[in-house]
Amino acid sequence: MSALSASIIAACARGLAGPSVRWVNCRPATRQRVYFANHTSHLDFVVLWSVLPRKLRSLTRPVAAKDYWNSGLRKRIAVNAFHAVLVERGSKTAEGDRTAAARNTLDLLLEALGTENSLIVFPEGTRGNGLEVGPFKSGIYYLWSRRPDVQFVPVYLSNLNRILPKGEFLPVPVISRVVFGPPLKLEKDETKESFLEKAHAAVCALREA
Amino acid sequence: MNFKVDHQMFLILNGVVGGLVAASLVGFALSRSVKSEDRKATIDNLNARIRAWWIMIGIFSISFVIGPAGSMLLFGFVSLLALREYISLISTTRADHRTLFWSFFVFTPLQYWFWYKGWYGLAIILIPVYAFLFVPIRLALAGETAGFLDRAARIQWGLMVCVYCISYAPALLTLNIPGYQRQDAKLLLFLMIVAQLSDVFQYIWGKLIGKRKIVPGISPNKTWEGFIGGVATAVALGMSLWWMTPFTPLQALLMSLAVALMGFAGGLTMSAIKRDRGVKDFGSTIEGHGGILDRMDSICFSAPLFFHITRWIFVAQHPLLFR
Repeated sequence: MSALSASIIAACARGLAGPSVRWVNCRPATRQRVYFANHTSHLDFVVLWSVLPRKLRSLTRPVAAKDYWNSGLRKRIAVNAFHAVLVERGSKTAEGDRTAAARNTLDLLLEALGTENSLIVFPEGTRGNGLEVGPFKSGIYYLWSRRPDVQFVPVYLSNLNRILPKGEFLPVPVISRVVFGPPLKLEKDETKESFLEKAHAAVCALREA
Repeated sequence: MNFKVDHQMFLILNGVVGGLVAASLVGFALSRSVKSEDRKATIDNLNARIRAWWIMIGIFSISFVIGPAGSMLLFGFVSLLALREYISLISTTRADHRTLFWSFFVFTPLQYWFWYKGWYGLAIILIPVYAFLFVPIRLALAGETAGFLDRAARIQWGLMVCVYCISYAPALLTLNIPGYQRQDAKLLLFLMIVAQLSDVFQYIWGKLIGKRKIVPGISPNKTWEGFIGGVATAVALGMSLWWMTPFTPLQALLMSLAVALMGFAGGLTMSAIKRDRGVKDFGSTIEGHGGILDRMDSICFSAPLFFHITRWIFVAQHPLLFR
């Protein structure tokens, strides 16, 4: 039932977004991956998920913000249909609880990855204006440091902010683009700063692809 | 507004399928014979176009068999896709969002609904008058003044071309011409065949003998040789189809000429927009052809004229023409 509703929602999203998809030096594969993308719209994870080949979809779980997706219809869409992992956002928690919350989030993500799943994450942590890619939060680095065996695949989404911009609840059809890039190449002892810099640059590089 | 698949319609659909079979065979023969890389790309594109034609004609035929509702739905859907391509290509801002929502989900369905109900008076003024007024009002309510007139005009223009003009094609089904009742579908078929053949033969003549460019600043592919050869071929074929229309052979010739010339003008005008935005095609929905709007540009411009001429002469018997 949930697989069916996810497919229906994905089909609607494809109808609105008519996404053209490119895989640049990267191919769809069932191996474990973390897809990390720029974030401009609530539709982002739905569209990204919907352009994956069918057999990858059931293995790929989006990561979404608990404060937005945890009630009513939204919860049904995110959790029941897409098996999203809901996490607390750093900015929405009190200062003292930050570390505990971050650790809790990381545990949730590691658990969701398990031994065969992939994740969709938006390391900016909040929706941007569609012009620039904002700075990445460090969670993605800690995820990598615990699971360096997983491929980190950059994705650039364009035009989705025009379909459902921040603050709007009714969508407008606009043709979008989803570009998958080559998995990050990382050293064993990558520092947090250099990891985040490489990851950010990898997403931005796909803008012109 | 009702029609049946009569003997003539059966003949013409057979003719279309026969033409496609011939085109597919020629395409196959060409793909076997060419050697050079440059030529090969052209032939591959040609074959992709022919394959897409099979699909387009299949979808069109199905909507035809369903009846007027099927045709209205099909063209309404085509309008939505065309408007989506148009809006994606031009730049819109955050403040345009709700106006765009109205354009897609209120004005477009309403336009086709009015035609479906046969409310001619409403269908011809909805977008040129009421959407024309509504768009700037809604934009003003959004409160953003930067580029105001520019933004309003872009949306109005998109609605006119992608929705209003395209809707004249299925509107032919509402004409109810005396002596030609329940046969209007053949008129729609006639328009589609002449407009598309004109495009196809302009392309073929242009590829074969095209040299002198008509408007080099807009399109390197539109040549005088292609234009004259394509229009002449389409007009000759259109005239030979007079028996499926309410027209005499001479009228069919003049109507085909009007359709072919407006179709050319449509292609040229839409190319100017693409050129301005720095793209070759409006989209990639139809393999080999580009977007929906790339295929429909000739219909956008020829359908309104074809509809009104037919209506003035055969339905309204306009006093200027019939004294």
